[in-house]
Amino acid sequence: MYTDKVIGHFREPHNRGKMEDYSAIGKVGNIVCGDVMWLYIKVAKDDAARDILTDISWETFGCTAAIATSSMVSDLAKGKTIEEAIAVTNQDVASELGGLPPIKMHCSALAADALNEAIYNYMVQEGKEIPEALQKRHVRVAKEIEGLEKRYAVFMDKGDGKKD
Amino acid sequence: MNNNIYLDNSATTPVAAEVLEAMNPFFQSRYGNASSLHSAGREAHRAVDEGRHLIADHLGVQANEIIFTSGATEADNLALLGTALRSRQAGHIITSRIEHDAVLRSSEWLASQGHDVTFLDVDAAGRVDPEAVREAIRPDTLLVSIMAGNNEIGTLQPIREIGEICKERNVPFHTDAVQAYGKIDLPMDVIDMLSVSAHKLHGPKGVGFLYVRKGTKLTPLLHGGGHEGGRRSGTENVPGIVGLAAATQLAFEERTQVTARMKKFREHLIEEVLKLPGTRLNGHVTDSLPHIANFSFEAIEGESLIMKLDEHNIAASTGSACSSPNLEPSHVLVALAVPLSMAHGSLRISTGRQTTDHEIEALLEALPIVVQELRDISPFKVGG
Repeated sequence: MYTDKVIGHFREPHNRGKMEDYSAIGKVGNIVCGDVMWLYIKVAKDDAARDILTDISWETFGCTAAIATSSMVSDLAKGKTIEEAIAVTNQDVASELGGLPPIKMHCSALAADALNEAIYNYMVQEGKEIPEALQKRHVRVAKEIEGLEKRYAVFMDKGDGKKD
Repeated sequence: MNNNIYLDNSATTPVAAEVLEAMNPFFQSRYGNASSLHSAGREAHRAVDEGRHLIADHLGVQANEIIFTSGATEADNLALLGTALRSRQAGHIITSRIEHDAVLRSSEWLASQGHDVTFLDVDAAGRVDPEAVREAIRPDTLLVSIMAGNNEIGTLQPIREIGEICKERNVPFHTDAVQAYGKIDLPMDVIDMLSVSAHKLHGPKGVGFLYVRKGTKLTPLLHGGGHEGGRRSGTENVPGIVGLAAATQLAFEERTQVTARMKKFREHLIEEVLKLPGTRLNGHVTDSLPHIANFSFEAIEGESLIMKLDEHNIAASTGSACSSPNLEPSHVLVALAVPLSMAHGSLRISTGRQTTDHEIEALLEALPIVVQELRDISPFKVGG
């Protein structure tokens, strides 16, 4: 059911793990299956004074597809400008992996949302003007997180050890 | 074989060499239709008959109380639907929350048709309280269906006590014995119907049976040529039935040695796996089928765990949401009130007659490695 590319990223995921000196984090959870992904970004200016995602890493609790899409989204956004990274969609993530089983498409959405949230948090933190599309996605994701926390009250609250 | 270490024997088992050998002649040389009058037909009929007697003898029941089916899903459907369809008015069915889908979905379908179904809760180890069965029985109760041993966690149900209560109250008692058959003693004196599948005990897929105590009335689900005493039409799966009988013979012959080995594996697995931090056993330490052990690992997800073990050529299974077609965690683990973070990270190890010490050791060697790999990339930490 999984493509070789999905299996490859799952077995040897890129940019995995926690980042210490991050600029912002995107924390997302999937209402459908309970997967959770945290995506860390480090932002720095390039010579042309553009904001670049110089580093990305992630921590994911989820299935093969969730881990593979985490790896892929980090590849797709690393080194990009903020504008370019915002334009990365879940379709991009899925197609770069050679496709995902239909039931696993929500995993690619999770990965794209995590990237989006990290950028959103960074822009809020820096007092930048939030593009409308980004704002819209943030509202939807925040709603999903709220739903997830409600549905998985035990999971989120009961000492499952969310770091910080 | 992709996985050379196969620890998913509750899903299915390899066909034993003895079973395949017994079946082989019935494909190309002894291929008669058991209903035909000529000698080829009589030969096939004799094989089916011998199989029926062999199975009945091992269970201590009458041969005409065995109805061959396409497997346990059909047997469960026949027990539940066949009982309910006999009733002119809507009636009441009692079952548990941790039954196999074949029983649960049949029960839900009956509920959609106007019957009332009671789904009994289980305790933290997955056991139904016999007293809860007694309390649930009503004058219109048509059937009680409680499995013998659970297919995900291995927990044994107190089917003797439940069966005695049903007998006392004159309510038919059905048990799905798919995982228990050939492994534990079954109290046939208090069981009215019992479902079995061949492929869980080194027999072929696509064949099973429903034991139906004489006098237990069922409406057939399959109408046709009147096979199986008119209770299940359809040309007999002769090679399958021969295989089921051979698998039964083998299972009962080897039972003492095989189940002792399985029990030893299970105890060893429990001891070693629970040494890892953030783990739990789902089910009961001792009151269990010998071949199933179900664990949960905090902070990781089961499908990933299965795929990581697959890299080590180990086949096992999980009840995680991500692995299921409806993205819901296992109904069994939910019924046990396993915390959701733990329900997501479940692992079922199930052994077979072919399982070796080496395979168990290989699993115990790989497991801490893959669990750590997944915990390293998880946003949750263990014991937080």
